[in-house]
Amino acid sequence: MPKLNKTIIYALLIVFSIVSLLPLYWVFSTSLQLSSYQDEDLERSVSYVDSNPPKMYPMGIPEYFEHWGKARDAEKAGDDKDAAYHREVMHEIVTDSFSGFTTLFTKNNIGRWFLNSIYIAVIVTVGILLFDSMAGYVLAKKQFPGRNLIFYCIVGTMMIPGQVTLVPMFMMVKNLGIMDTHWALIFPDLSMVFGVFLMRQFMYSIPDELLDAARIDGAGEWKTFWQIVLPLARPGLAALGIFTFMNVWNSFLWPIIVLNDADLYTLPVGLKSLQDANLASFKLLMSGAAIASVPMIIVFVLFQRHFVKGLTLGGVKE
Amino acid sequence: MKPVQHAANAANPVDFAKKTSLFTQIKKNYSAYLFLLPKLILFVAFIAIPVVWAFVLSFQEYKIFGSEWAGFDNYVKVFQSSAFYDALKNTFVFTLVTVPFNVISALIIASLIHPLGKWSQSFFRGAFYLPTVTSMVIVAMVWRWMYNYDFGLFNYVLGWFGMDPVNWLGQTSTALWSLIIMQCLIPFGVGIILYLAAMGSISNSLYEAATIDGANGFQKWLHITIPLLKPTTLYLVLLSTIGSFQVFTQIIMMTGGGPGTSTETLVHLIYKTGFRDFEFGYASAQSIVLFFIILIFSIIQFRVLRYDD
Repeated sequence: MPKLNKTIIYALLIVFSIVSLLPLYWVFSTSLQLSSYQDEDLERSVSYVDSNPPKMYPMGIPEYFEHWGKARDAEKAGDDKDAAYHREVMHEIVTDSFSGFTTLFTKNNIGRWFLNSIYIAVIVTVGILLFDSMAGYVLAKKQFPGRNLIFYCIVGTMMIPGQVTLVPMFMMVKNLGIMDTHWALIFPDLSMVFGVFLMRQFMYSIPDELLDAARIDGAGEWKTFWQIVLPLARPGLAALGIFTFMNVWNSFLWPIIVLNDADLYTLPVGLKSLQDANLASFKLLMSGAAIASVPMIIVFVLFQRHFVKGLTLGGVKE
Repeated sequence: MKPVQHAANAANPVDFAKKTSLFTQIKKNYSAYLFLLPKLILFVAFIAIPVVWAFVLSFQEYKIFGSEWAGFDNYVKVFQSSAFYDALKNTFVFTLVTVPFNVISALIIASLIHPLGKWSQSFFRGAFYLPTVTSMVIVAMVWRWMYNYDFGLFNYVLGWFGMDPVNWLGQTSTALWSLIIMQCLIPFGVGIILYLAAMGSISNSLYEAATIDGANGFQKWLHITIPLLKPTTLYLVLLSTIGSFQVFTQIIMMTGGGPGTSTETLVHLIYKTGFRDFEFGYASAQSIVLFFIILIFSIIQFRVLRYDD
C-alpha cells in the first residue's frame, strides 16, 4: 500500500462507508419520518417525507425530546394539565412515527408475507443442508460406478444462468399442478447445486481413518454420516446455511412469476406489489423495506464470521 | 485436498476392471445411491430436464394445444428484432462500466482496510458488506426514492451546487446512467472480502525483500500485491460480469425497461417475452443466446486475465 497517512486512510474509508450505508440509513430514516405537519404559511398540512429540502433524520426525534423536556418542566412546576398535554403529544409523535409499520401490519398483510418468507427460507435451508451434505459426502468419500459422471453433470449446470430454465421450469411447475403455491418456490430452490459442490470440497478434509474406525466399530452408513461426518462438517454447514437462507430470503425473479395470490407473497414480491399499487407513500414503502431488511441485518451481525468464511470457501479455490 | 482426489479417481477404473462386474459394484454401494437420491431427484426434475427442455423449446413455436417445430425461426427472430439489440447494447454498456469500476474500487477499499488493526478491519468489512446482504428489491426501492425528481436526495444535493434538478429515471438520456451510477455506488462486498482474504495470505517475506531493495509502499503494492491477487481478480471479474449480464431486479423495480427501451436489459426482455407476452419458444431462444453470450465472455476473460503476464 502507498505510504499514506493513517488519518487519510481512515478519512477515506469513513467517507466510503457513509456512501455505502447511506441508502440503508435513508430506508430507516424515511420509514420513521413524521407523516405531516401544519404549515403556517400555506395553511395546510405538508408531508415531511415529500418535502424539499428533504428532512435528513426523523423529525419525531427532536420533537419527542422537546416535549419530554417541557413535560418534565411542567411537572416540576406542578402544572399537571400542561404535563398531561405534553405526554399526549409525545404519544402522538411515537404513533405517527411508527404509523407506516402499523399500517403495513394491519392493512397490508405484511405479517403474512414475513411469515411466508421465514418459513420458506427455513424449509429450504434445512433441506439444502441435509441433501447437499449427504450428496457431497458420498461424492467425496465413496467409490461407486457413475460417481464422476454425476458430479460433472451437477457442476456443469452451475455454469448455466438461471434464466435459461425459467420458461421450462414454469411449464414444469404448471404440469405438476403446484403453480401459485409455495411448493413452486421450495422445490426449485431445493434443487440448487452450489451446496453439493461446496460440501464435497469440505468433506475431502475429513480423514478417512475416522470413517474406517466408525465402520470397524460397527456403525452403519447413516450413523457414520449423522454422528461423525456432519459434526465435522459444521463450519461448512454454517456457511452454506447462511448463504442459502440469504438467497431464498432475497429471491425475486422466480417468485414474481409463480405467485399470484397476495396471501402467498414473500416479502420481496409483497414490496413490489406495494410499489406497483402506486397508492403507497414513500414512508409506507420504506417501512416495508425496513421490515424486509431487518432479519438479514440481524443474521449478518450475528454471523459475520461465517459470511466471511463462506465467501472465502466458495471463492478462493486453487 | 487435491492429491486425495487424484488418487481416488485413479483408483476407480482399476477396481472395476480387476475385481467385480458393474452390477455387483452397484449393489455393493447401494447406500451411496440412497444418499444421493433426494438431491438427484430434485436435480433431474428442476435443473436437468428444464435445461434440455429450454433447448427443445427454443426450436418450437409454443401453442397451448401442441407446439410446432419451428426450426431456427426463434433464433432468426431474436437476431432480427431491434428490441434484442437495444437490450444487448444496454446490458453491454452497463457491464463494461460497472464491472471494472466495482472490481477496482473493491481492490482499493480492500487495500485501504488491510493494513488496519483487527477491530477496524472487521468494522469496515461489515460496513461495506452489509448493504450487499439486503435484497436488491429494497436497494432498488430506496434508490428510486433517492432519484425522485421532486423530493429525492440527489436533486437536493445538486441544489447545493446550484444545479437544476435532473429527471434521473424519467428521461432516456439519463435513465441507464442512473442505474449504472447506482451499481457503482453499491459496494462490491464480496470483492472486498475476497481481496482481504487473499491479501492476508501473501507472505510478508516478499514485502521485506522488496523493502531491502528499496521499494516504496506504492511500488510494493503495484509489483507484489496486484500480481499476486490475480486469481482473485479473475474470479471477481467473472463473477460480476455474469451478475451484471443478468441484471433484472433494478430494471423491473425502477424503470420497467423505459423510458422507451433506454434501460431494457436482456433478462428483463426475456421476462417480458416469456411472462407478459407468453411467447415461450421465443423467450427460450433469447435465454439460450444469453447463455452463449455469458459463456463466450467468460472464456475470453479467463484467457486474457490468465495468460497476459
